This record gives sequence, structure tokens and C-alpha cells, in this order.
Amino acid sequence: MEKKKLTIHLKVWRQKDADSKGKFVSYTVNDVNPDMSFLEMLDVLNEELIKKDEEPIEFDNDCREGICGMCGSVINGTAHGPQSGMTTCDVRMRMFKDGETIVVEPFRARAFPVIKDLAVDRSALDRIMSKGGYTSVRTGGVPEALSLPVPKPNADEAMDMAACIGCGACVAACPNASAALFVGAKVSHLALLPQGRPEAARRVERMVAQMDEEGFGACSNHGECEAVCPKEISITAIGRMRREYLRAMFK
Amino acid sequence: MKLDSKVPGGHLSEKWDNHKDALKLVSPKNKRHFSVIVVGTGLAGASAAASLGELGYKVINLCIQDSPRRAHSIAAQGGINAAKNYQNDNDSIWRLFYDTIKGGDYRSREANVYRLAQVSNAIIDQAVAQGVPFAREYGGYFANRSFGGALVSRTFYARGQTGQQLLLGAYGALMRQVDEGNVRLFPRREMVDLVVINGKARGILARNLITGELETYMADAVILATGGYGVAYFLSTNAINSNASAVWRAHKKGAFFGNPCFVQIHPTCIPRSGDYQSKLTLMSESLRNDGRVWVPLKKGDKRHPNDIPEEERDYYLERKYPTFGNMVPRDVASRNAKMVCDEGRGVGETGMAVYLDFRDAIRDFGRKTIEERYGNLFEMYKDITGEDAYEVPMRIYPAVHYTMGGLWVDYNLMSTVPGLFVLGEANFSDHGANRLGASALMQGLADGYFIIPYTIADYLAGTQLEKVTEDNEAFKEAKEEARSRYEKLLSVKGNKTVREFHRELGDILWNKVGMSRNEQGLKEAIEEISKLREEYWNNVRVAGEMNTMNKNLEMAGRVADFLELAELMAIDALHRTESCGGHFREESQTPEGEALRDDENFSYVAAWEFKETGKWEMHKEDLKFEFVTPTQRSYK
Ligand SMILES: Cc1cc2nc3c(=O)[nH]c(=O)nc-3n(C[C@H](O)[C@H](O)[C@H](O)COP(=O)(O)OP(=O)(O)OC[C@H]3O[C@@H](n4cnc5c(N)ncnc54)[C@H](O)[C@@H]3O)c2cc1C
Ligand code: SF4
Ligand code: FES
Repeated sequence: MEKKKLTIHLKVWRQKDADSKGKFVSYTVNDVNPDMSFLEMLDVLNEELIKKDEEPIEFDNDCREGICGMCGSVINGTAHGPQSGMTTCDVRMRMFKDGETIVVEPFRARAFPVIKDLAVDRSALDRIMSKGGYTSVRTGGVPEALSLPVPKPNADEAMDMAACIGCGACVAACPNASAALFVGAKVSHLALLPQGRPEAARRVERMVAQMDEEGFGACSNHGECEAVCPKEISITAIGRMRREYLRAMFK
Repeated sequence: MKLDSKVPGGHLSEKWDNHKDALKLVSPKNKRHFSVIVVGTGLAGASAAASLGELGYKVINLCIQDSPRRAHSIAAQGGINAAKNYQNDNDSIWRLFYDTIKGGDYRSREANVYRLAQVSNAIIDQAVAQGVPFAREYGGYFANRSFGGALVSRTFYARGQTGQQLLLGAYGALMRQVDEGNVRLFPRREMVDLVVINGKARGILARNLITGELETYMADAVILATGGYGVAYFLSTNAINSNASAVWRAHKKGAFFGNPCFVQIHPTCIPRSGDYQSKLTLMSESLRNDGRVWVPLKKGDKRHPNDIPEEERDYYLERKYPTFGNMVPRDVASRNAKMVCDEGRGVGETGMAVYLDFRDAIRDFGRKTIEERYGNLFEMYKDITGEDAYEVPMRIYPAVHYTMGGLWVDYNLMSTVPGLFVLGEANFSDHGANRLGASALMQGLADGYFIIPYTIADYLAGTQLEKVTEDNEAFKEAKEEARSRYEKLLSVKGNKTVREFHRELGDILWNKVGMSRNEQGLKEAIEEISKLREEYWNNVRVAGEMNTMNKNLEMAGRVADFLELAELMAIDALHRTESCGGHFREESQTPEGEALRDDENFSYVAAWEFKETGKWEMHKEDLKFEFVTPTQRSYK
């Protein structure tokens, strides 16, 4: 059975480079198959633009299956689009109505300057990770895996926290552009495991200091981050980060 | 040129240890005088860059994505093998070695595969110490599962995100070295050429993907860990930016290409749906632990799967391979899926799919257990297809997934260009003609953590390395050549987009250099590919400019390289008239339709030397089996 094709109107943020001013530009895409992904719909539009000698819309993406964290746009006002628990590349056109107008913008935050159109610079997140998103072990200098039993509930919760894909949607959604959920997820992942305990205090101090330095705002418990997080990282991550931080301060 | 694999002597189990003892060392204070370029930040690249940084080398590390953590290794779902024998099912290094070399249909080097099995256990130790949250049982110890081609449970996993967690472990180690100043990181860079000076790899040329500038990087050695070339087929399970350009440029500078026709087509992917499709999605092989593969007995049976009674279903894998059943290796599972679909028994709208059914597993273990095991995969399936696999069987079909072929390397992982090392999926690898599940992660990390740190020291300590500067003619030439290539691509302004060409190339490869190959088809493919390539350079339309972010131009450069590589894949497939592993030549099959090897004539690695576009010379590395006897693979 042929599924009914959709007509979609788009208002897309176009910006030549970091120094230029951007603006919304309107496009219409016809014959959109509802099974298409949102990015595939943009591919189709880009093909049309190329044929018309116009510049295609730049947007970051790679795995197109919700795991690499490279994609990310604000779709109709929500980071990663209308449905919770999804990345931009997971969004399917069946989630929109025929004739609907969709507004597409880059993730916006002081710490995420726009590079071009929908692509932004999220390297601040890497710099935070470089301050402690690891255990300081060297290759080879480690014990046999069985020497570190980990209770299943801890392993499971650590995995929940480790599922963060570093997309930055939490930052984009936060009114303060805070990266607390992202940092909290990594701090929690390692705090929950015996391997991570020896340098727990140093880790949280250094990561939080870098987060502040990068120009991310402070967390004031809005909870928008949790709502948009494609991996449904729980806001308890932020609570745990705070506890770890206090513990480090009073050490 | 004579290919020297540098496989050391001695008994299989002693080769690596003996070899390590003989390798030269670089003294601690000298290490910081050596610089190494690592291209790629996947499991292989990140683990290598981090380990070399820890040792004190000056490392330059580049990747295409905006962050090293996004390399395509992140997408691996199912797991990583190791010979720990934690399940007490009589696993051992020997068995892991044996399964892997047999799984590869005896087209890989004994010594390499054995080494891989030997270091597999250290990888798990390393990952655990990094905080990789592998699945645990209530006692706090590890849960393991089994993968295709094995009768033991040796696969470690972190939910459905094993690659992600292993990569984040390696990424963490890498970022620690970045913080300590030992590794300098250059994301959003694409290597577009290798620079060879006095016969040695001394640097690369990369395009800055934000500014479009061409940048030169110099070093004492270059490591490529740039992943596989499955995207040549347009539709595959690989990421959009996966490419062959780095290895292809190196190939054109003298690195031989090993077994380019060995491509893995994975049996459990979500079937194609429409023309707009940009990639295919893998459903982890681990699903075959509990899912049963079937098609209706009758041709063209259009009933709802749940209405087809047991006796009218054909569980064809269980029927044909009673010992391994649904857990046969990937090449066997894929080929059988194609066969039943070609017979007209395929299911779904297009008839190009088979069922993967969890009904019985849900009945036996309960929905909760199945949810725990595969919850995220079922969700992913639902997001894409809109169907609930707890209620209706999944529909799956094979898709291009992994390339066993790649740049030829010796036992030290060095290519035929001195000073150029190749790791992970980018090399021609330890997987022969077919890779077993959960062994690519193992290989990438083995190469990066435990092999290259030792073998590269031997090269650096034992080689006369002249001083080079950026003014060297070789750098200038590379830059000029790359610039004129990009300018040419932008100036054609033809009628067909890069994507249209890419899709056409993909169709040729999928139909004629895919799951089943024959002489006539391959000859046609060679012709069609070279025609398409010619048309490309006269009729492609590329948008925008060079000196800015321009993903269309990036893709244009990659497709240009795929159009050359694809021809070599077809040439290699044509010359190898035997069937082996994923390379199935219709002319060479057993009466039951299984791949029939020809050990007498083809027990070698085909290593291709580039002469000029469309022309290669083949060199052979003979494969000697001293410790196992190649037999006709049987999974019955
Ligand atoms: C969907 C999927 C699931 C899989 N599941 C499993 C599994 O369960 N178990 C298993 O063992 N294997 C699995 N595999 C295979 C395995 O993931 C890969 O073979 C492996 O991760 C490859 O690692 P790598 O480090 O060699 O390359 P990649 O991870 O692909 O990394 C390549 C790196 O090179 C960089 N790069 C590439 N080209 C250039 C260039 N020209 N210039 C600069 N940088 C460049 C990229 O930016 C990236 O950083 C899976 C593969 C896929 C696609
Ligand atoms: S916490 Fe969630 S939203 Fe934030 S970076 Fe991680 S995955 Fe993205
Ligand atoms: S493209 Fe990888 S998460 Fe969307």
C-alpha cells in the first residue's frame, strides 16, 4: 500500500559563517515519504538546491542511528525535535502533518558558536572531558578484570549514565545554557564504579572548573535538559555531581 | 617487489613473545623527539594515539567528525570477544584463534590471528579499568553471550552499546593525553594525501573542514586508522562520513591493497524501503541468540506472519545447519537469506526480507528478559519501521557492513610504504574472507593498545630519518594536486549530483560485486564503473566553494576515490575464481550451494600495486598453514 506523501514547509536558519548574521529562509519540500527520516528529507531538499545552483544547507551528522551524537538541530523550538528520547537523525517525517511548517535552527548557546547554517562548534565539551572524563590508567598497567566485582545495580546505573552521546542538546535546551547534565552524566558514571573512586574528587573539581571556564551557565533546576536528552539521562546525574562536588570541597 | 610478511619463526604460541623480545626499543628520553601522526579516532586510532602519548611520543591525531568520540566505532552494538573462559564452557586462546581463522575461511595469516586471540584478554582488563560498564550478573561478575560462528559464550557487551562504551574508554584515555600535552588533536580534518619523502611516509595533507584550507602535517611515521570502505556501496550500515580516501591516497602513493573484494554483508539489517534512503540500519547479530529466522514454506505466502502455522514455516537455518542453527557465520546466513528470497519466499512489501522471530524466546524466557537483553534494539526497530517486534516478527535483510579487505600490512602492521602503519578495519586484517561477530572491536583495540606501541618503536629506533620541512617539494606537490582536484570538481558544473553518481555506483557494486558474483557480471561491472568514472569527471555538479565548510565537496572527493577503488574490487573479485567466505563465486560451489574454496590455486592474499588509474599489478602473499589444516567449512 502506497503511503500518503506529505508536503512540508520549512523555515531553516541560514548563516554563512561564525561572523555573518544569519536569517531564516523558507523552502517547500513536496512528496515527502512519511517513512523518511528528517535528515533524509533535508538530503532531498539539498539535492534540489544543488540542481538549482544554490548552496545546500550544512548540517552535522554521521551515524544516522542515534549514537554518535553528531547531529543536532532545534526543530520547532525543541532540541532534537518533537518526540522525547530521540536524536535529530531519529526523527521521522511521519511525526509531522501534511502541510505543516517546520522551523529548523542550530543549537544555540554561548559556548557553541555557529560554524555554518545548522552546524555548531561543540569542542567545549571535549575540553571538559579532557579534564577528567576517564580513569587515569595507562595501557597495560591494569589488574585482571575479575578483580573488580561490580554489583549489578551499580553496573546498570553506571551504564544508564554512560549512555550520554555528547550531543549538547541539554545545553541547547537549558535557559542558562548549562552543561550540568552532560558533566553530571560522566561524573556519575565513574562515581558509581570502584574503578572511578580513587580520583573522584579531582575529576569533579576539574570538570566543573572547565565547564565554568567555557562559558556554560549555572544549573538552576529547570529540568529542560532531561526532557530533551535523547538518551534519557536522568536529572539525578546533576544531584550526584553536586554531592560529589561538595564531598570534594570538604575533603 | 617481494612481499615479506615478517612473521616470526617458532611455535604459534611463542611467535609474538619471541618477536616482542627481538623488537628494538626507543629510550624514554628519546621518545619525545619522535612524532607520529595518527589519522582516525575510532577504536584503533584512539587506542593507538592514547597509548603512544602515554609512552611519551609527540602525537598528532586527526578525525573528520567534530569530536574524536564520534568515530564510527561508536555504533558497534553487539560486543567484543575475548578468550577469558569466564563461562567455564571450555573456551581458550586456541579456540578463539581457531574459530576466527575458520570463520575467515582460511584466508588470513595464522600468526596474526593467534596473536589477536592472545591479546584479547588484556583488552577486557584494560576496558574494565577504564570504567567500561560491561554487563554483570548479580554476583558482580561478567555476563557473556555468544555470537555467530562460535559454540562458546565469549562475547562481552555493554547493553546494545558496546562500541560506544569501548570507544568512550579509549577516548577518555586519549583526552587525558590531550590534556597532558602529548597528543595534539585536530578534529574536522580530512586527510587527502599521504606525503612520502625518500621512500618513507613523512606526513599528510589534510583539508580543514571548517575553513577549507589545505594543511600539512609532518612526522616521523604515519598511522592510518580510518575504518572501512563499505560506503562505496552507497547504502551500508556504515556512517555517512566513512570513506576510503585516506587509504586510497596512500595506495596511490605505494601502499598495496589487500583482498579488496572481501566485503562482509551482514544478515540482520532493516530492509530497504525507498529511494530517498541514505543508509541501512543494523540489528545486532546478538539477536540471533534468541530470534529464529524463517520464511513461509510456500512461495508468495502473503498471510500475516502470526497467522502462518508452525508447520508452514521454514526455519531454514535450523533445518540446514542443525549444529549452529541461527548462529551460523554471517556470510552463510546472508547467502541463505538471499537464496530463499530469490526463490520467491521472501516477505514484506518488497519480498526482499526474512523474519527474525522472538515469539518462542518471549514464551520461554518472558518478555522482561528479552527486553533486558535487546530493549534498545527493539526500540530502534520500532522508530524506523513503526512496528513492534514483541508482537510481530522483525523483517530483516542483508546489507553491506564491513570490509575485510584493506591496505596490506606485515606482522608489524606496516604497509609496503616504510613508516606507514595501518590499523583496525583499514588494514586487510585478521579476518580473512569473512569476519566473525564481535571480532572487529577486538582487532581495533588489539592493534592500537597492544601491537603498534611495540612495533612502531622498532621502526623508529631502527630507521635513518632525515630532517624534513614543510618546504619540501613533496608537500607542495601534494597541495597543488589536491587543490587542482577540488577546483576541477567544482568547475565541471554538470547535470548529475554527487549523490546520483554515488547511488549508481552503489547499484553496480551491490548487484554485481555483492552477495553473489559471477564472471560475466564482474566483467560488466568493471566496464560500467570505468565508464561512470569518466562521466563523473565530465558531468558532476558540485555545489559551493572550496574555502568554506562544504560537505558536498567533501563527498565529491570521496566518491571520486570510490569510483577508482570499486574497479579494483571488481577486478579482484574476477580474478579470484574460487568462493571463500563473503566472496561467493557462483561458478565455485558445493552441491549444497556452499562456498567452495580452491586452496590449491587461491591460498594467498592478493596484494594490488597501483600503476595508474584503472591499472594494477597483483602480488601474492602465500598463506601457509602450519598449525591448522584448512578444511571445507561446515556449520552443519
Ligand atoms: C553498525 C555497526 C555495528 C557493529 N557492531 C560490531 C560489534 O558488535 N562487534 C564488533 O566487533 N564489530 C562491530 N562492528 C565493526 C566495528 O565497529 C568496526 O569495524 C570498527 O569499529 C572499526 O574501527 P576503526 O577504529 O578501524 O575505524 P572507525 O571507528 O570507523 O574510525 C575511523 C576514524 O578515521 C577517521 N577518518 C576516516 N577517514 C579519514 C580521513 N580521510 N581523514 C581523517 N580522518 C579520517 C574517522 O573520522 C574516524 O575517527 C560494527 C560496525 C557497524 C557499522
Ligand atoms: S546528557 Fe543527553 S542531551 Fe546532554 S549531551 Fe548527553 S546525551 Fe546529549
Ligand atoms: S547522526 Fe549520529 S546521532 Fe544523529
